[in-house]
Amino acid sequence: MYELNELTKTYETKRGTVTALNKVSLTIPTGQMVAIQGPTGGGKSTLLQMLGALERPTSGTVTLGDDELSKMPDSRLAEIRARTIGFVFQGFNLIPTLTAQENVETALAPLGLSSADRKSRATAALEKVGLGERLTHHPSELSGGQQQRVAIARALVKEPTVLLADEPTGNLDEQTRDEIMELLEGLWRDQGLTLIIVTHDSAVAKRAERRLTLKHGAVTEKK
Amino acid sequence: MFGTYLYRELSNRRKQTAIIAAGMALAIALVMIVNGVAAGVKDAQATVLASVYGVGTDITITQDPETPVEGEEGTAQQQQPRFEFGADDGETADGTTAISQSRLTSGIASTTFDADALTTAQGLDTVAAATATLALTNVSFSGEVAAPDVTTDQGTEQGAAPGEGEAQGGRGGPDGAGGSAFEVDTFTVTGIDVAGESVGPLTSVELVDGRAFETTDSDSNVVILDTSYATTSSLAVDDTLEIGGEEFTIIGTVTSTSSDATTASNTYIPLDTAQRVADLEGQISTVYVQAASSTDIAAVQASLQTALPDASVKTQEDLASSVSGSLSTASDLVGKLGTWLSIIVLAAAFLISVLLTTSGVARRTREFGTLKAIGWSNGAVVRQVAGESLVQGAIGGVIGVVVGLLGILSINLIAPVLSASAVATTVAGPGAGQGGGGNRFGDAATTAAATTDIALQIPVTFGIIGIAVALAIAGGLIAGAFGGWRAARLRPAEALRSVA
Ligand SMILES: Nc1ncnc2c1ncn2[C@@H]1O[C@H](COP(=O)(O)OP(=O)(O)O)[C@@H](O)[C@H]1O
Ligand SMILES: [Mg+2]
Repeated sequence: MYELNELTKTYETKRGTVTALNKVSLTIPTGQMVAIQGPTGGGKSTLLQMLGALERPTSGTVTLGDDELSKMPDSRLAEIRARTIGFVFQGFNLIPTLTAQENVETALAPLGLSSADRKSRATAALEKVGLGERLTHHPSELSGGQQQRVAIARALVKEPTVLLADEPTGNLDEQTRDEIMELLEGLWRDQGLTLIIVTHDSAVAKRAERRLTLKHGAVTEKK
Repeated sequence: MFGTYLYRELSNRRKQTAIIAAGMALAIALVMIVNGVAAGVKDAQATVLASVYGVGTDITITQDPETPVEGEEGTAQQQQPRFEFGADDGETADGTTAISQSRLTSGIASTTFDADALTTAQGLDTVAAATATLALTNVSFSGEVAAPDVTTDQGTEQGAAPGEGEAQGGRGGPDGAGGSAFEVDTFTVTGIDVAGESVGPLTSVELVDGRAFETTDSDSNVVILDTSYATTSSLAVDDTLEIGGEEFTIIGTVTSTSSDATTASNTYIPLDTAQRVADLEGQISTVYVQAASSTDIAAVQASLQTALPDASVKTQEDLASSVSGSLSTASDLVGKLGTWLSIIVLAAAFLISVLLTTSGVARRTREFGTLKAIGWSNGAVVRQVAGESLVQGAIGGVIGVVVGLLGILSINLIAPVLSASAVATTVAGPGAGQGGGGNRFGDAATTAAATTDIALQIPVTFGIIGIAVALAIAGGLIAGAFGGWRAARLRPAEALRSVA
């Protein structure tokens, strides 16, 4: 469960201070599927960074379970990211020189597993997203949808409790988009994940249990 | 994961890996070759010095000649052989008079000084061994001079001034028809302690024939010849040689162990004999000193200089600067150009690998941000970047060592010949500048005795390979440190940066 309290994030830029998030207070129960919509520059990615323990808030708090993310040292944040949070990005963010299987293994590297363990778990994760036949393919040899499946396998191979996705279908055509959403929804349902998806796409947002809108750094619930 | 990722990166980014490795390899090979040549040149210099000063000599003591006062004859007389033939000298037959005379004088390039200096040097605690030598030059004049009553207008006049003629052979009436024929033969003689000291010129020679000096040879007329001098003069063991007007028995011939060239002197005789025949009782020209410890040579030099304020006290290092010829040119070249060139190339290689590494990290911002976002620690990312650099450096190092060794090998195969001259007594202008014709003999003799051709051989030592390996590691570490530093500063949020 996430608890955000008066969460504020500002950036100092040459043209003055930009307030990306302005006193956001929010509770997201464990296992909920949430869609976050809103205009570009509304603060969606910034919110995801706070939820994903990538950045610390300027003020206010973010609590995930029992962990107060805003007060933790970097090393502890890295550990939380390694164990409990999965990330899926708009640009897939696979490592071009590694194969699909090796890309998935990168998520297991911080966990201190044996090489054989890593390989078998990566293979299983890729089979689950329908890419059991593409283990040794490089990202450049895969379609956009397939690359995003590899990224989803990478996010879920460590069995996190939270999956954060920033515009996961933004670079995909409609049919692929629906396939990816089906996959994510299925995994969410099967694994009891807390799934938070940032999207501009209403078709994607409609699938969520709960829809939030972020505009000028402020959150509103959408019924 | 570390290994797989590293291997994938390096093999997929071959061009960058190749450039960095090639730069490092070039620099390392160059450093190896320059270092190797420097070591080879130093060895060659040591060889040349050893052939002159013997093995194990740390310090030599000589005396600089006093600057002659205009019109004063003192030093000049001592150094220039002067032949004076009385009216009744020689045997006259067929209208010509055969005359022959040999004179033993101190070498033109050296000044003698009192043997007390040796006692003083031996008295120092820090001196392990010391021995004295007396460098002399024997000039023998032999020939036929037309009897005064048959003399034509040329002849005698020219013959009487050998200094203005050529070093060897006379000019006056060569066919003897009313003229004169004479020959001037010059060779170097070194008076040496027969006790067999552990330092001195004879420590770098090897006996070819006959025997070496023994203590009982003291004050007797025995001589040891340099093999090449013996060959050119058609002399062998048991023959006799006239030195300073006395008959000497040849007891042995020697050759230099340190080079295939000549030894420091044409001939060697017992020191006390030399002093007697040259009329230089109690005089010596060089003291060879071996320090008790090779680490305090400078201190020994200082205390010797204090004890002998008038003497010129030189270390091997000082002496190395007296080596001239193409060897010293090579030494200068390696010392200056080579060092600078390798520093520049090394700096360029380091710079290239640092720039390529940091720009590589910049290019992979999103990649490293993503790894951090999915839980990689800063340390793991830095290790990955530094590991890539280290391996690139190591590849460059391996190639560099191979190329460097090939370069050294080919230089050793070509074995460029360097010539070197070391003047036995380091003496400059004043002594040589005075006096007319006479000193040309002295010059010729001294230089001839010590000019050596040495084929440059580069020693392949673990030191050189060690330097190369250290440089490769250093290059990798430096590039890795810069790249790692940049990677460490990357924020994990970079992973979410919107795709362009
Ligand atoms: N690293 C940053 N430095 C400066 N300004 C930033 C940074 N990240 C985001 N911003 C600003 O914060 C605001 C919110 O950005 P973002 O969260 O990316 O919005 P969204 O994802 O909804 O498009 C924008 O005005 C953006 O310019
Ligand atoms: Mg965004």
